[in-house]
Amino acid sequence: MSADASPTERRAKPRVGLFVTCLVDLIRPSIGFAAVKLLEDAGCTVDVPVQTCCGQPAYNSGDRATTRDIAEQVIAAFQGYDYVVAPSGSCAGMIKAHYPELFADDPNLLPKAEALADKTFELTSFLVDVLGISKVDAAFSGTVTYHDSCSGLRELGVKTQPRKLLASVEGLTLVEMNDSDVCCGFGGTFAVKYSDISGAIVDAKAKNVEEAHARTLLAGDLGCLMNMAGKLSRDGKTIEVRHVAEVLAGMTDEPPIGAPKLEKGERP
Amino acid sequence: MSARDEILANIRRALGVKGTETIRKQIVAERLERAPKGLIPARGQASGEERLAVFKAQAEASLATVTEVTSPAEVPQSIALFLRSHNLPATLRMGDDLRLKAMPWAETSLEISHGPSAGGDLNAVSHAFGGVAETGTLVMVSGPENPSTLNFLPDNHIIVVSSKDIASDYETVWNRVRFTFGKGGMPRTVNWITGPSRSGDIEQTLLLGAHGPRRLHIVVVRD
Amino acid sequence: MNVHTTSPQFKRNAARALADTQLQKALGNVKQGFIDKRAKAAAKLPEFEALRDSARDIKNHTLENLDLYLEAYEAKVTASGGHVHFARNAEDARDIILSLCREAGAKTVTKGKSMIAEEIEINDHLEKNGITPVETDLGEYIIQLRHELPSHIIAPAVHLNATQVEQDFRRVHKNLDPNRDLSQPVQLLSEARSVLRERFLAADVGITGANFLVAETGTSVIVTNEGNGDLTQILPKTHIVLASIEKLVPTLEDVSQILRVLARSATGQDMSVYTTFSTGPRRASDADGPENYHVVLIDNGRSAMLGSDFQEMLRCIRCGACMNHCPVYHAVGGHAYGWVYPGPMGAVLTPALIGVDKAGHLPNATTFCGRCESVCPVRIPLPKLMRHWREREFERHLAPATFRSGLAFWSFFAKRPALYRLATRAAMVTLGFAGRHRGRFKWLPLAKGWTKYRDFPAPEGETFQARWKRERSRRPA
Repeated sequence: MSADASPTERRAKPRVGLFVTCLVDLIRPSIGFAAVKLLEDAGCTVDVPVQTCCGQPAYNSGDRATTRDIAEQVIAAFQGYDYVVAPSGSCAGMIKAHYPELFADDPNLLPKAEALADKTFELTSFLVDVLGISKVDAAFSGTVTYHDSCSGLRELGVKTQPRKLLASVEGLTLVEMNDSDVCCGFGGTFAVKYSDISGAIVDAKAKNVEEAHARTLLAGDLGCLMNMAGKLSRDGKTIEVRHVAEVLAGMTDEPPIGAPKLEKGERP
Repeated sequence: MSARDEILANIRRALGVKGTETIRKQIVAERLERAPKGLIPARGQASGEERLAVFKAQAEASLATVTEVTSPAEVPQSIALFLRSHNLPATLRMGDDLRLKAMPWAETSLEISHGPSAGGDLNAVSHAFGGVAETGTLVMVSGPENPSTLNFLPDNHIIVVSSKDIASDYETVWNRVRFTFGKGGMPRTVNWITGPSRSGDIEQTLLLGAHGPRRLHIVVVRD
Repeated sequence: MNVHTTSPQFKRNAARALADTQLQKALGNVKQGFIDKRAKAAAKLPEFEALRDSARDIKNHTLENLDLYLEAYEAKVTASGGHVHFARNAEDARDIILSLCREAGAKTVTKGKSMIAEEIEINDHLEKNGITPVETDLGEYIIQLRHELPSHIIAPAVHLNATQVEQDFRRVHKNLDPNRDLSQPVQLLSEARSVLRERFLAADVGITGANFLVAETGTSVIVTNEGNGDLTQILPKTHIVLASIEKLVPTLEDVSQILRVLARSATGQDMSVYTTFSTGPRRASDADGPENYHVVLIDNGRSAMLGSDFQEMLRCIRCGACMNHCPVYHAVGGHAYGWVYPGPMGAVLTPALIGVDKAGHLPNATTFCGRCESVCPVRIPLPKLMRHWREREFERHLAPATFRSGLAFWSFFAKRPALYRLATRAAMVTLGFAGRHRGRFKWLPLAKGWTKYRDFPAPEGETFQARWKRERSRRPA
């Protein structure tokens, strides 16, 4: 081993703290397990410290005090890891782009927030940009189309990484939809507070998804996925919706988002 | 307190300054005096033929038409041909520009009139102060030589520009303006013109000749 | 403060806009046109991103020294024979403009496109005092006929279709032959051109805005494609420039830097057709040009933004790229925002100018998708500034009570991981069981806004953290 090897190279197994995100924790844990599999396959040791949320709902509602309380918890919970990885560009973006700003006037916490920001990554970006992985061991038959979630795309530059990994999935064909980089209209509480506008934006998104003629819609953020899946199912569309990690990990046993969960022998 | 003083006081309070700080005053005075250049795109940074080619390509991209002549003496014939080929009347309005006046207009059958436009002229010719290759822009300065109304009122505007006056970038032309009119001095109006008048205000449909000229024709005199 | 403000009714405005098929059709043009053109123009210029930095830095430097640049600019205008008038607010500005028009004995006033003129509602004021203002930008002219506000800062009539414009022309242009074909945009343009040509030649005063004011030379700069701004200012005897104080830039070099990103960001042109630099009144030897040149410098809330969380908004050069790329603007158009400035820049600026109590919806009605910031030529962090407004609202308890209590309920658990795990575990088991068969809910208590347009995917049942604990504790480390 050369002397100037990076810490990752020197230490056999990077220790990753999984920031599972509150939505994945509550709604679709299988995304979390898919992320764990991808990280472990890539040679990481994965741990899941006790956690709640990154604080983004409070932050975007203008409640800085609550956000700081939550952020302090996150900083403390993830202090001991080499990396923090989230299967979400939105939550990773919150930690990476906004925590330092939140503590800009706090000389005590700012360095800690910055240290956490430096080692926090969105899942596909971590795999590709940090670990240098270019293919995964998975198979998925059929066409998929990929929606670029806003925070991941514009705060973290997640665009080519998921596509690069998807290209290595056996049997998978990626077809691009129009305006894949345009917001789906989720926006957290926006979807409820301004439901009419959110409804119109997701309507446009659903049309683009449909026109791509893919069997499956993928994205890297569960919030966007729930929004788009909910819209597609409301409109009676049969397009399956999944988190990109599920496909990359080859863990697609769980029914798609918003699809019925069937016991063995059960019919819908 | 006057509105002026009140506004300045509010600005100073907001910025936490007094307005008497020597260092700030120096920084501002120096910037105004030196007028440092910013970032100049490489696009127009060429010399000779290459620069002229960029100018032409950019001007045509802005929907102007460009023709070249090898001497000022050829300009009247070239313009007469342009008007004829577009079925336009053989009339032409121009200012007192000496370069234009020296051209052999009598060799054509064009009916020439002089002075600013009051709105009744179909065709006008002006001489540009300069051109800018990076965007195919013409730089016009106001004055009795080339009245500003000629740039806007006629339906068809023809601009003569000398190839040696076509610079790579705007900054080079500003330096010539400063040299001609004195540092900090300006003619009443400097017009940058890049293509003929247009509007996209109705259904985003691009239409030429909104209020200004429907056609912009450039005659480059190679000298 | 303002009779035309409907910002407090944003939600109602938005609902109406979404139901307006004519408007929805017109908004389709925004999505297609502006975005592609900007992307192409930016891609053609390798230095574009660096020029954005340069433009940002120039505006920042000017704002930090605005007092000094204003003084330098004023001195230069005066030296070139022009006059500078300072207006604290809209009322000051209206008084100054009216008295200048009266001094000139004005009956009709032509106007170039100016957002500050909309902001101070100068047209109403002139009309009330017997002076006829005539908008000359084609889009502005059309909306003036309709007594509407612009719905876009660079394409004021973008919410209209050609048939609507035809109806307006037939209603207002009394001499128009009823048999004349006006079905095509080009025919509408030619009609407007001939009507407005008369107005240009007859006007006593021309009022324009200013894209920039140059301190080095005392110059005002306007940027247009039609040439209407030029005819407005060179034909009448008096030219009045209206400009808010943040339009200052130091030098001709600085304005040239910013012009390289303005048109590219706005319309995707490398340069607009007419960029005009005006300095003082006509010179002794000039054959044309205005005899009088006045600049009305308007504060109207800008100095209060300096030194605040919102100072960066004063960099705005009004290109409209933010609204062109905004999914919310695409959905509801500009009028829903309820005042002069729509889209993301309006969502930041409007609360500063008319009060967050009136315009509170605007910085909330956004998904924070960040596309506006990604295209802003002067890199204004628009989402961040919108968030600052939400913080102000939160501090002042302006958010609706139901929303605040919902947030408080959630925050309570988010701050207590142990309780959170217990509570969410039980809740997700219940929800997961209830939604198991269909996989989704068509209706859920407290989520009416969500389920009005989409289903709510059912949770798997067990939380990740519960399952992780169960599975991994069984496994030897």
